[in-house]
Amino acid sequence: MLLEVRDLHVEFRTRDGVAKAVNGVTYSVDAGETLAVLGESGSGKSVTAQAVMGILDTPPGKITAGEILFQGQDLLTFKEEERRKVRGAQMAMIFQDALSSLNPVLSVGEQLGEMFTVHRGMSRKDARTKAVELMERVRIPAAAQRVRDYPHQFSGGMRQRIMIAMALALEPDLIIADEPTTALDVTVQAQVMDLLAELQRELNMGLILITHDLGVVADVADKIAVMYAGRIIESAPVHDIYKAPAHPYTKGLLESIPRLDQKGRELYAIKGLPPNLMNIPPGCAFNPRCPMAQDICRTDVPPLAEVDSADGVRRSACFFWRETLDAHHG
Amino acid sequence: MPEQPHDDGAIAATGMGGAMDLAMSEAETLEKRPGGDGGGPADKPRSLWSDAWQDLRRNPVFLIAALVILFLVVISIWPSAIASGNPLKCDLANAQKGSSPGHPFGYDGQGCDVYTRTVYGARTSVTVGVCATLGVAILGSVLGGLAGFFGGVWDSVLSRITDVFFAIPVVLGGLVLLSVVTSSTVWPVIGFMVLLGWPQISRIARGSVITAKQNDYVQAARALGASNSRMLLRHITPNAVAPVIVVATIALGTYIALEATLSYLGVGLKPPTVSWGIDISAASPFIRNAPHALLWPSGALAVTVLAFIMLGDAVRDALDPKLR
Repeated sequence: MLLEVRDLHVEFRTRDGVAKAVNGVTYSVDAGETLAVLGESGSGKSVTAQAVMGILDTPPGKITAGEILFQGQDLLTFKEEERRKVRGAQMAMIFQDALSSLNPVLSVGEQLGEMFTVHRGMSRKDARTKAVELMERVRIPAAAQRVRDYPHQFSGGMRQRIMIAMALALEPDLIIADEPTTALDVTVQAQVMDLLAELQRELNMGLILITHDLGVVADVADKIAVMYAGRIIESAPVHDIYKAPAHPYTKGLLESIPRLDQKGRELYAIKGLPPNLMNIPPGCAFNPRCPMAQDICRTDVPPLAEVDSADGVRRSACFFWRETLDAHHG
Repeated sequence: MPEQPHDDGAIAATGMGGAMDLAMSEAETLEKRPGGDGGGPADKPRSLWSDAWQDLRRNPVFLIAALVILFLVVISIWPSAIASGNPLKCDLANAQKGSSPGHPFGYDGQGCDVYTRTVYGARTSVTVGVCATLGVAILGSVLGGLAGFFGGVWDSVLSRITDVFFAIPVVLGGLVLLSVVTSSTVWPVIGFMVLLGWPQISRIARGSVITAKQNDYVQAARALGASNSRMLLRHITPNAVAPVIVVATIALGTYIALEATLSYLGVGLKPPTVSWGIDISAASPFIRNAPHALLWPSGALAVTVLAFIMLGDAVRDALDPKLR
């Protein structure tokens, strides 16, 4: 297994109290595999990714428990300097907004080349040649001319391609893409996603795709982990989830996608608000919003237990997963 | 291809701060670029600095200020180029005399040539202003920048120290500290200004480093394996240095005025150093009989301070269009 996150807990200590952002997340990605981590804002999906990358701001953040096994080694036992060498070279991250993720005062060539001068000790000239190669690889037209341009001179899609090129520069084993297409036009989204998926196949990398867009997920992901209030509430091979969700929250998410065959009807929305991370409800965190909640949901935390699946391992953290599945089929 | 590179000017980038590697990006920017770069207008890629320069050289305020400052710098280096006399050669027989051929500004109370002394005074003012500003800028931005970047205990300690320094009134501090100094060189005055001036820059540097640190591209650089020093030097400094430059330029003018103030009060520079402050102080008792002896050094001081403040304003406008 390329990456295994086991029972990860992350807290943020603020003046107002302790926010429990991640509460026992477990997931894994293999080489060449794509894991989509789904969830709304504040569900802990980005914080988990930052913990894996080692770019969590500490303080106020703190990893209180868990293991992050990368190629069999627990990254949490690494010294900062060792982790820094892993970042960029073995695992890299793509951020949501490429304009703000690129330094406005350096040309894109300098920023791409930096990957090689920093990690590989290349000369500036060689690094620039490499930068042009990378830009060609992510299909930026006239790369040799544009290598001297600054980020603001590129369109949104082109900038995200440059971010992808930077992340892929050293051919890492794992890529974490944090909502890589959210800031882009719908037409460009597909192109960027296709490019990312293609390069992933080519380099046989593990990809963690963090998103709240169920549409993006269906095409590229192999498996999905749905997060809610810092916990994984359902994980499954991608087809299973779309066929029939095994958790009421996932069901709610799928039902809130606008669909052509429901034209004219009011769009479904999950009632209520996501919980305050400083004050997560006892029992199942989703119980105040859940249409199926029973007494047990308000007292006991449902374990992420294995459920029936056609292909692969499927888990749901709902006491009533069977009912949820059946309700969908019925 | 739905994606067209858009070259809608460098407006987006200019708001984001300054660039340190000025020489390099300038040189690259000014190199000729092959045209036809995939559809965009044949526009040179403009770095923040070249953009600011484009702005500045069309700004009359900047041009006037820069000319005045250039002139001041030249006469501080070669005062003899325009003043052939010796500022220390005085003849009491000429005391308080008005203008005469070869002595356009007349003589002061001690019979010294006001023109020569005014010209030579520029050197002192420029030396004090430039050295104090450099000292303040270096000390302040290093301390403030590191505190802002690393945060934590050091940041809190430094913030309290700057508060302490802010509480010291400059003139009172000067009267107390400098009255014990006997040296007649400019260094104690410069040292005093650095001592009291660094907290101002340190605060600004701290603030702008904290702002720059939160930018996504610093996080991105970190996620791609950049070390602390690399993030600080390559990604944060270039984007945090502009406010420091602006404040330092404006402060330069005020340091020149402060030197004159301290010298006027008798705790700044001491004769035989030639300084506008000293001359203003010496001429003020004779204001009725020989106003010219007061007018010329005061005028030179006012013009110099104004020039630096105007320069600072113009630089701020160019580096931070948001403030306009």
